[in-house]
Amino acid sequence: MQNILIIGATSAIAEASARRFAARGDALFLVARDPVRLEHIGADLRLRGAARVATFVMDATDSAAHPAMLDAAEQALGGIDVALIAHGTLPDQKACEASVELTLATLAVNGTSVIALATLIGARFEARKTGVLAVIGSVAGDRGRASNYVYGTAKGMVDIFMQGLRHRLSKSGAQALLIKPGFVDTPMTSSFKKGALWAQPDTIARGIVAAIEARRDVVYLPGFWRWIMLIIRHIPERIFQRTSL
Amino acid sequence: MALNSWGRLPSLPAAQEIPWRQRDDALPELPIPLLAFGNGRSYGDSCLNSDGALLLTRGTDRFISFDAAPTTRGNPTPATPATHPTPAHTQVTATDGDSAYLRCEAGVLLADIIEVFLPRGWFLPVTPGTRFVTVGGAIANDVHGKNHHRAGSFGAHVRSFELLRSDGSRRVCSRHENADWFAATIGGLGLTGLITWAEIELRRVDSDGLTVENTRFHGLDEFFALNGEAEAAYEYAVAWIDCLAKTPRGIFMAADHAPAGSRARTPGKAKRAPFTPPLSPVNTASLSLFNQAYYHRPLPSRGLTHLLPFFYPLDGILDWNRLYGRRGFYQYQCVVPRAARAAIDEMLHAIAASGQGSLLAVLKTFGHDASPGMLSFPMEGTTLALDFPDQGEATQALFGRLDAIVASAGGRLYPAKDARMPAYLFRQGYPQFDAFGRFVDPRFSSNFWRRISA
Repeated sequence: MQNILIIGATSAIAEASARRFAARGDALFLVARDPVRLEHIGADLRLRGAARVATFVMDATDSAAHPAMLDAAEQALGGIDVALIAHGTLPDQKACEASVELTLATLAVNGTSVIALATLIGARFEARKTGVLAVIGSVAGDRGRASNYVYGTAKGMVDIFMQGLRHRLSKSGAQALLIKPGFVDTPMTSSFKKGALWAQPDTIARGIVAAIEARRDVVYLPGFWRWIMLIIRHIPERIFQRTSL
Repeated sequence: MALNSWGRLPSLPAAQEIPWRQRDDALPELPIPLLAFGNGRSYGDSCLNSDGALLLTRGTDRFISFDAAPTTRGNPTPATPATHPTPAHTQVTATDGDSAYLRCEAGVLLADIIEVFLPRGWFLPVTPGTRFVTVGGAIANDVHGKNHHRAGSFGAHVRSFELLRSDGSRRVCSRHENADWFAATIGGLGLTGLITWAEIELRRVDSDGLTVENTRFHGLDEFFALNGEAEAAYEYAVAWIDCLAKTPRGIFMAADHAPAGSRARTPGKAKRAPFTPPLSPVNTASLSLFNQAYYHRPLPSRGLTHLLPFFYPLDGILDWNRLYGRRGFYQYQCVVPRAARAAIDEMLHAIAASGQGSLLAVLKTFGHDASPGMLSFPMEGTTLALDFPDQGEATQALFGRLDAIVASAGGRLYPAKDARMPAYLFRQGYPQFDAFGRFVDPRFSSNFWRRISA
């Protein structure tokens, strides 16, 4: 049994991951903004076999609330073995271009709030010389593209941060894992047309659980995205500008 | 790709698809008719809504509570008015009674329930032939299983559910509260509104195994004789029949849950039909070969089997419906009163003479328990289920002959499996059709309903 903290627990990928943790009897501490959804998910996970489920209502961008949340999680669980940071929003790129406010808010939700949480969790794991911090990034963070570069900027920022944190934690025995999902069929992407590259949240969840178990550094999910992004990252800038990605 | 139903008949115009993930949300405000779409296992057009909207209910798939209050078999505790929300109970102990109540969101699959609760010793009191249906769909079609003679239909084990109407009202419905809405919604084909959650009974099982007894039979008299004995002695009874043979023949299967300590081999991983063949490989020649081989295959007369392959023989091949090719297929399932045995004989002769027939033709009798729904399909009598690849006019002509036999015997067809029954047959077979009308939500509809009520 492991003690697992999930931030952004009402997201589709987080919920699917939590079901897998529950099925193997882990203890869960769920954090999200919406108390009603959190309670629905908590009740479900108890019935699916979670050893314990506790919930905590918090807006991830409220960094002043982070330390108290972590204290509550450690107390409820009796120590955290795995922390999964899964919250995020996918804004409309065009709307971001027209609004500095929305652009900065997007960076806060998907970027700096994640970094704030990872800073605190990383420090606690480093001090205890154990723990896996798993953060959900995105393939969008691998290269800026016209269609979603504000979201991509936030995810790219998290990527660089996690590289550095991993470098630092490697001396301590704690682990920093970055998960980079491709297109996932979730409420966040409900307005998109779905094609062959789209994956279900449970497929991503299976990959997340396996990556945590294997103490991986970076995983693309599903794995074929590693090769797609390898190509995309290496397209020369002049050619890239002529594409409509 | 537009959603289709299980029969994969050439697609009707697409409906707008709306994900539905939170049971407390309000229904979308749209100028077009709504319909819940669960896992798409209805065969025909009862789960489709061309030019309307489909609410994709699979997103609401959370368990809500589980209550294993001690009870005695055959003497259930009186239902109490449902309260909401109920605290969750997770501890299942050996002192629990024979039945329990599970409350869950309507998009939960029966497969999810089995996965989570079978290892704890609980199973569905009634299960259809696939576990890939939602709880909401099982209620809306009042599905039945191989134990109808003992347990009645699925709806008989529904304690309560919440019905969300397009006027925003939410009704908790049970036998005691909003009993008229309860009766209209069970078997109500999703037309009375949206079922958001339901509380259903689970039953104790002592193992995941079944003791099965197989017997070959020749002729309907033998079937009815075997069936008469089996209904008294076994919980489950069903027959596969070779509908192309001159004299109907088949294999009769009777089963009971195996006692504690029985260890059945866990079934392997499901396979997937790799592609949709352009032409159906299911034709008279291949069927005849298959049926002969199936009938004559070495068959232990008695054995222990895992319950999954017994209840869900086709769930082992995901997408088996694609094997019927791009034209899709029809399923024809009827029930005729117990006294009308001759009608079954007549139908089997008509099918054999037509040379059209199916891999899985199923014959079973329904017991005398009245179904709880106004439009529930099961009634006391004999039910026959067959699938037919779409062979155009010949198939339609055969259906016409079968319809006439069903109608004159006082029987009816199963809407969940239907894509073509004439309106007269539905109205004649379901005498509460007119009374049901007032429960239909003015903003809900389906292709089936428009076809039948036109």
